[in-house]
Amino acid sequence: MKIRHSLTGNEAMAEAMRQINPDVVAAYPITPQTEIVQLFSNSVADGKVNTEFVTVESEHSAMSATIGASAAGARAMTATSANGLAYMWEVVYIAASMRLPIVMPVVNRALSGPINIHCDHSDTMGARDSGWIQIYSENSQEAYDNLIQAMRVAEHSEIQLPVMVCMDGFIISHGMEVIEMEDDDTVRKFIGEHKANYSLLDVKNPITMGPLDLQDFYFEHKKQQAEAMKNSAAVIRDVAKEWEKLTGRSYDMIEEYRMEDAEIAIVAIGSATGTAKVVIDGLREKGVKAGLVKIRVFRPFPKEEIAKALANTKAVAIMDRAESFADFGGPLFRDIRASLYDHDVRPKMVSYVYGLGGRDVMPEDIASVYADLERLVKGEQLPMLNHLGVRE
Amino acid sequence: MAEILEIRWHGRGGQGAKTAALLMGESAAEAGKYVQAFPEYGPERMGAPVTAYNRISNNPIRLHCSVQNPKYVVVLDPTFLGAVDFTNGILDGGAILINTSETPADWKQKLSLDGKNIRIYTVDASKISKEEVGGNFPNTPMLGALIKVTNVLPVEEALNAIRSKLTIKFRNKPELIDRNLKAIQRSFEEVLS
Repeated sequence: MKIRHSLTGNEAMAEAMRQINPDVVAAYPITPQTEIVQLFSNSVADGKVNTEFVTVESEHSAMSATIGASAAGARAMTATSANGLAYMWEVVYIAASMRLPIVMPVVNRALSGPINIHCDHSDTMGARDSGWIQIYSENSQEAYDNLIQAMRVAEHSEIQLPVMVCMDGFIISHGMEVIEMEDDDTVRKFIGEHKANYSLLDVKNPITMGPLDLQDFYFEHKKQQAEAMKNSAAVIRDVAKEWEKLTGRSYDMIEEYRMEDAEIAIVAIGSATGTAKVVIDGLREKGVKAGLVKIRVFRPFPKEEIAKALANTKAVAIMDRAESFADFGGPLFRDIRASLYDHDVRPKMVSYVYGLGGRDVMPEDIASVYADLERLVKGEQLPMLNHLGVRE
Repeated sequence: MAEILEIRWHGRGGQGAKTAALLMGESAAEAGKYVQAFPEYGPERMGAPVTAYNRISNNPIRLHCSVQNPKYVVVLDPTFLGAVDFTNGILDGGAILINTSETPADWKQKLSLDGKNIRIYTVDASKISKEEVGGNFPNTPMLGALIKVTNVLPVEEALNAIRSKLTIKFRNKPELIDRNLKAIQRSFEEVLS
């Protein structure tokens, strides 16, 4: 049964967590994630979940306690943002290398400094090589749907990898929208019981987890981790299909919007893609063949899907909500350029870093990128690297 | 309703602009609309100017940016006239609702309308709130005035939605539920055009 609600992104995440009913949540508050943990702790206090809720003294401890619980076989979750993610950095990698199916909402916020509490993707983009699956959300509905699907992906017996479910800070986390929730039974049946492959508490089958792993086996374990990440794409798609059957809401690695005959396209992640769709509809009415590729899953990287989607375009702008100080655009730009390297026909491709520290992205900003792409198609020169709407 | 109806709220931190925007959004959602309600977060604290927004539509809303051209502007505190440009970007044919003891004619002199056809509505929401709720909480009466002026929601449904939200908000002070609803009712009747 569907339930129509008006919820902020944080409320949607907290409701999904209540429905998931994890065994253990260990978390530390940080803006703009705080409400998720606060609202979930209400569910704990009200007896709506059976969760052991651990109030820790830092994010490093939050992730460490979550790892301990997950290693013991529990379904364990935490949530964070920006500097909180940075503070748990060391153990973020350990969660992935121990193959623990932890699911963590991350409310995207600029990673200081200067200190800033607003949205960009510098926090999770920095964690792109940590071995976590990364799923990004355009709006509250997707945050809710992604979090529930992430449980199935993480806990799949062949995958056993942690998942970050990302959502734009304030823009989505503190903005109220109408979403469809499924009822508790439907969600609980969908995610099922968590049966850990291994458990530290299984005294009849004692194991060691996280021991020293030197020259003889470390490399093999890393290869296995890479294999699991590779294999997760098929599981992400299967879980999405199952969720669609149940809810009617479809998901894939990427979402193509009006790409069927698009000559110019933007590739982007997160809330700005909604605004871009509105801009595209306007351009299409004027006969401009504009399209959008939205990245839902950034790790594993959907290289084939993106190459296929962009195959017939003439010019593409890759929009990164993170500056990686490489003098070579943002991380999405570089990954997409690399994805197209082996293709004989490649569109022209330019990078736009945008929206850092919560800088608002207006329809006019996105329209200006499409206007740039039209000029590029006509043969005009454009710099490869651009910062959208920055005052010089 | 054509396309998306956009509303901007001006208040001071602590006056409930964000809460009013949320209540407006929830009421519209309850009436079957698609909505957004979001504040503009900055370093503001108690007493500083704050802004909040609504979008209301019959179709799903995909825009995720601030509202530039609202049809309606609601001013919870008129005393920062001059410091904040209430009419900035307001659509021709739109309206501005002001919490004041003065009349729309008084405010026609004060606002720079740039020749736009903007309707001005006034209601003494602070007075209503002090008399009915027992303090200066102009957000709920202004919400009442907005519902009346916009006329996009069935009044009974809106009031029921507000009641259910206030019931959660004031679960420890249930006496404030009816008092706020009374304040909303009064601003329905007392709003001047």
